[in-house]
Amino acid sequence: MNWPTFNLLLEGAVVTAGLSAVSVLCGLVLGIAICGASLARTRGPRLFASAYVSFFRGVPLLVQLLLLYHVLPRLGLDLPGIAAAAVGLTLCTAAYQAENLRGGFLNVPAGLIEAGRMVGMTARQIMVRIRAPIALRLTLPSVINEAILILKASSLVSVVGVADLTRTAQNIASSNFRPIETFATAGALYLVLNLAVTGGGDVLGRVLGRGR
Amino acid sequence: MNFGLIRESLPEILQGLAFTMLMWLPGAVLAVAGGLAAAILRHYGGKVIDRILQWLLGIIRGTPFLVQIFLLYYGGPFIGLDLEAPTAGLIGISLYGTAYFAEIIRGGFAAVPRGHVEAASCVGLSRFQTLRRVLLPEVALLILPASVNMLIVLMKETAILSIITVPELTATITGIASLHFAYAEGAFMLALCYWVLTELTGRAGRLLELRLQRFRLA
Repeated sequence: MNWPTFNLLLEGAVVTAGLSAVSVLCGLVLGIAICGASLARTRGPRLFASAYVSFFRGVPLLVQLLLLYHVLPRLGLDLPGIAAAAVGLTLCTAAYQAENLRGGFLNVPAGLIEAGRMVGMTARQIMVRIRAPIALRLTLPSVINEAILILKASSLVSVVGVADLTRTAQNIASSNFRPIETFATAGALYLVLNLAVTGGGDVLGRVLGRGR
Repeated sequence: MNFGLIRESLPEILQGLAFTMLMWLPGAVLAVAGGLAAAILRHYGGKVIDRILQWLLGIIRGTPFLVQIFLLYYGGPFIGLDLEAPTAGLIGISLYGTAYFAEIIRGGFAAVPRGHVEAASCVGLSRFQTLRRVLLPEVALLILPASVNMLIVLMKETAILSIITVPELTATITGIASLHFAYAEGAFMLALCYWVLTELTGRAGRLLELRLQRFRLA
């Protein structure tokens, strides 16, 4: 493998990393909203949340992406490929992150919430100062996990024409007829990206764990 | 939505579904077997084997399934491994599942209380007997929820095999959809089929968990 080819793969890796990062972050925000809906007191939001989670976790991401790719243009929404891919990944990861967050919120020790009430905090203060920070800290490992899953799942956007790492590797392999070294290099780049995410997660965990 | 088209192409869709099952279930069985073998090797095989397996399985878990399947299907012929698409798909699913099941089962082994293993050796069970009569039954119970989850993941991964032209559900339905320009119907059918499959698997898993509850140690 020569330098220009490797550089092409690196460019693909940058697209993959950027796309995954944007999707995981937007998915976290959307996931928080859906988690809020699933913990709501009224029935409507809860039903919506469970239907959302069931659909996006029950249907393969590839099918979701194909759906977006074919259905969005017919609704008159002509997004560029990479934006549609980001939307697809975001919608999917939001379902998983909502479930993880829900687990986090349910595992906040009841004693802490009672203590908050005892010292006269309002429900809002309890949410902002006690429940949310602890739930987020409890959820962090699964957010990192989800980031890795999305990093790998983002390879599927190659199918809807986004020039990510996998698509670039495919293009290279079909022109140089050396699929083994090309795809192996792409795989190695994915591994490096994953290691970076894991390392970043460890650092973040230490920072968030300080107030323990 | 054109329900006539859906009714008309039902035989084809069922054939695709059968192919998905054919990739999924044997693939999952092989994955569990491979995962069990890997976990046992890592448990009993000594440090070197443990490290090598950890490294190999880590590579599989750290790279996208799509890249692995490309490597196998397009790279295979260059090293004399000329596989048909379904064979490559089945091998791919099995290897991918093996890496995850190995981790799940290893976690199960680690969660069995040491006292049980010591008790087994106290009453004179051999190593193999301990594995068969103490470790494996306990591990099976412990890993049931995670395994059902993994089964669902594997089922969804089979959709990716459509990219290397395995005629499974996704390939079949998108083929019909683009032939008739019926993308909405295709998308609807696809989502419905997979959603039903995952829900059924999830429910069967929970039912099994309830049935096995009575074997759980207090």
